[in-house]
Amino acid sequence: MYHEITLTINGEGYTLAVQSHHTLLKVLREQLGITSPKMGCGNGECGACTILMNGLAVNSCQVLAPEADGATIETVEGLSKDGKLHPLQQAFIDHNAVQCGFCTPGMLMSARALLDRTPHPTEDEIRYALVGNLCRCTGYTRIVEAIQDVAGQSDS
Amino acid sequence: MTQTISNPAGKSVPRVDAFEKVTGAAKYVDDMAFGPGLLYGKIVHSPVAHALIKRIDTSKALALPGVKAVVTGQDNPTHLGLYLKDRYIFAYDRVRYVGESVAGVVAISEEIAEAAAKLVEVEYELLEPVFDPYAGAQPGAPLLHPDLGKYEVVNFIFPEPGTNISEHFKLRKGDVSDAGVSDAVWAQCAAIVEETYTMPQIQHAPLETHVAVARWDLDGQITVWAASQSPFAQRDLLSNSLGVPHGNIRVISPYVGGGFGGKAGISIEANVALMAQAVKGRPVKVRMTREEEFVATNVRQSLVSKFKIGCDAKGNLLAMDVAYYFGGGAYNDYGVNIARAAGYSCTGPYDVPHVKGDSYCVYTNHPIGSAMRGFGMPEIHWGIEQVMDKLAEEIGMDAADFKRRNCVRTGDIISTGMTMPQIDLVTCIDKVTEAIGWKDLTGFPKPVRSGNKLRGKGLAIMWKAPAMPPNPGSSAIVRFNEDATVNVYVGGQELGQGAFTVAAQMAAEALGVPYEWVRVSANPVDTKYSPYEWQTVASRLTWSMGNAVKAAAEDARGKILDIVAQYWHEDPADLDIKNGVVISYKSEREQPLQKMVVYGLPNENFEGWQGGPIVGSGKFMPTYVTGLDPETGQGARAVVHYTVGAQAVEIEVDTETGQMDVLKIASAYDVGKAINPDLVMTQIEGGAVHGMSSAFEGLRFDAQGKPLNGNFVDYKIATAPDAPREIHGDIVETPLEDGPWGARGVGEHVMVPTAPAIANALYAATGIRFNDLPLSAEKVFRALHPAGPELSCALPR
Ligand code: FES
Ligand code: FES
Repeated sequence: MYHEITLTINGEGYTLAVQSHHTLLKVLREQLGITSPKMGCGNGECGACTILMNGLAVNSCQVLAPEADGATIETVEGLSKDGKLHPLQQAFIDHNAVQCGFCTPGMLMSARALLDRTPHPTEDEIRYALVGNLCRCTGYTRIVEAIQDVAGQSDS
Repeated sequence: MTQTISNPAGKSVPRVDAFEKVTGAAKYVDDMAFGPGLLYGKIVHSPVAHALIKRIDTSKALALPGVKAVVTGQDNPTHLGLYLKDRYIFAYDRVRYVGESVAGVVAISEEIAEAAAKLVEVEYELLEPVFDPYAGAQPGAPLLHPDLGKYEVVNFIFPEPGTNISEHFKLRKGDVSDAGVSDAVWAQCAAIVEETYTMPQIQHAPLETHVAVARWDLDGQITVWAASQSPFAQRDLLSNSLGVPHGNIRVISPYVGGGFGGKAGISIEANVALMAQAVKGRPVKVRMTREEEFVATNVRQSLVSKFKIGCDAKGNLLAMDVAYYFGGGAYNDYGVNIARAAGYSCTGPYDVPHVKGDSYCVYTNHPIGSAMRGFGMPEIHWGIEQVMDKLAEEIGMDAADFKRRNCVRTGDIISTGMTMPQIDLVTCIDKVTEAIGWKDLTGFPKPVRSGNKLRGKGLAIMWKAPAMPPNPGSSAIVRFNEDATVNVYVGGQELGQGAFTVAAQMAAEALGVPYEWVRVSANPVDTKYSPYEWQTVASRLTWSMGNAVKAAAEDARGKILDIVAQYWHEDPADLDIKNGVVISYKSEREQPLQKMVVYGLPNENFEGWQGGPIVGSGKFMPTYVTGLDPETGQGARAVVHYTVGAQAVEIEVDTETGQMDVLKIASAYDVGKAINPDLVMTQIEGGAVHGMSSAFEGLRFDAQGKPLNGNFVDYKIATAPDAPREIHGDIVETPLEDGPWGARGVGEHVMVPTAPAIANALYAATGIRFNDLPLSAEKVFRALHPAGPELSCALPR
């Protein structure tokens, strides 16, 4: 069964026919070619598919596409503006917070949601905000440092 | 062109792949578009651990609208395997683990493929299973592979037909016989320790599961797109197994979302190729679910290790009797070489005069035990590093001093008879004991208690050699563009470890051009265009591929200098390339590289031209590794080299819950030369957390061999709050004679000593030894409260 949904993704409006049992992750990746959200488990366990939906970090593999009707969606593709990287993206590069990169888009979106609601998080707040985003490569140290760096910058 | 970084080897330059990865532009196989013609595959897995296949009925599945084909073992009953060809692509007459590929369904959508997979009917006749490697190695155990003697095998692996032993490596050194180290030697020992250690199978758990797409063209060309550490090895294995020329097979592998060994060798790629053969001309895609990834791809082998070791009154190691029983799972095509590596490295990084070592790879009815980060070394060091601590305590010595006294040093004749190449393990021990505050510890394990928390520190050291055939090759090409930017072609894979960045640094360094001028043309790795690389495994790329890149760059540099020397009527030996400009130390002339590296240079008076587009090529292959005596494991050179290191940890355990926190990890590894020190640090940090996580991980099975925890809820890997707040790293640099700028690998080593270091710290904290992984909170709690739980209010505050 198909549903028609209207939503905003990275600032652009879309009207789409989606299958009722398809997830938002599948629609983004396979219908729209927005591939930064990754499929790591499909069960809400790994966070590789994290996107912002109406400003909240959610696992897009756990959202049915029809539920996204009317929503505002943000992915990593929309993070950089006018060819300039978002400070989080730059900090991930500067701190070597990226290894295989598969968790990176989801990490960036969770970090973005954290800093939107808590501009100056403590180390514990950062670590617990990322508890749903698994990374097998980095050991998390550099990711935490990158986020701390951006939070520190917004101080000045 | 901005020139910011010259002579980048040894500098922490930015990663070449980071920008793509933070912008979401980096492509993994699942991100590639194949158009509306794409078909979807689903693999049908065995629900039983050990059985004969009596009948497979695919008719119901085929009848489902939208199903294009169903493939079974009957379609291609040829064997497949890296070192030992012991498996069929799809099960043929027998299944040997829950999760084995029995059939492959191809359909027009994922949903239809899934539905059809459920309609494939298979009738099984159950056989008695074997789950424990030690029991499985005993005479009379049910046989998993009655055909073991008939399988094709490389000449350095020794299966024992008529048993479940797929590899038996023997090491005999000093006064020993097959019965063990002689009684005379044991009589000289002032202390002797005997222990058994075990660990379950664990999974790599990369964030990206296995994904493969294959297309079998009508003209016989096969293309496979795979998340792969081993595109060239996969092409070779497919060619041998399918009887298709290498030149007709193309394996393409874009970025890999974490490998850790799980994407080395071959896994679902061969299955998908056969599924594509059934629907020629159309691509077929299989993406493993997380549950399938856990049990139906590859896992790390389980291990039972049995030690008897002894030392004299001064703490000098004298004797070691050790047996390793690796639970290799159902197929050991790759795993046999893990047991071999564990065999020749069986002593750990110690000098032991009398050694009897036996390392067995044993078939069990569990998932396929294969390569995982450390390749046998985390497994054996789990026992080695605890048993050494125990012996040190018996003899009344500090563990760090005991390890300093007995560890291997440069030039030592190690237990295989090989002379140890350059290393400095003592400095590694010094660095980590200093960083963790080891000297604060007064004497022997003394718990530091505050409330219901106990703290302790532990130390472990390690060694690991690249485990591979004697002659795995690397090659590279360096090609200049008009503006003197350079494309570097390699066939090694970027798994996150930083291989492309290091390749760019080495090329720039050897050519004499700024780092920013170099582009790495290796994504995707494509066996049709990329230079040959054996596999991205064994922490061998910085060293082996690095040597090839250096050779290619030197080749190109030599060609440029020849042209300019002729142009200036000078001797090339007087010329150099600095920051992208050819200079003469004699005449002090300068010639920028721009244009001349493609168009050449004119002769005097414009009488013709010389030179032309500059392309350099290079290769590297170790030529000096020798065979080992199958009865003694002795030979002139067992391996290319070893990387060594040490780790110290501080942990805190909650006596009320058994929960453990790893507070700090201090690591030091001797990398020869850190081409990119910060990338070495990121390996040290990531590896420490991977190693920590592994101490708490374990695949669980029910009594019939059915997996119980194939998901991230029941199989937990370390999260951000779990990771230690403090990870200290030290880089030690003792140059390796045949490493590029002295470099050797470090990617795997960084997780080897973590689990035993934690166990030693746990002992220091609690006075209890834990010989069996995982270190679950429940296990620790029960050990702390043998009489059952106490009430927390009863604990002294
Ligand atoms: S893919 Fe959505 S949480 Fe793992
Ligand atoms: S960088 Fe590989 S999973 Fe995080």
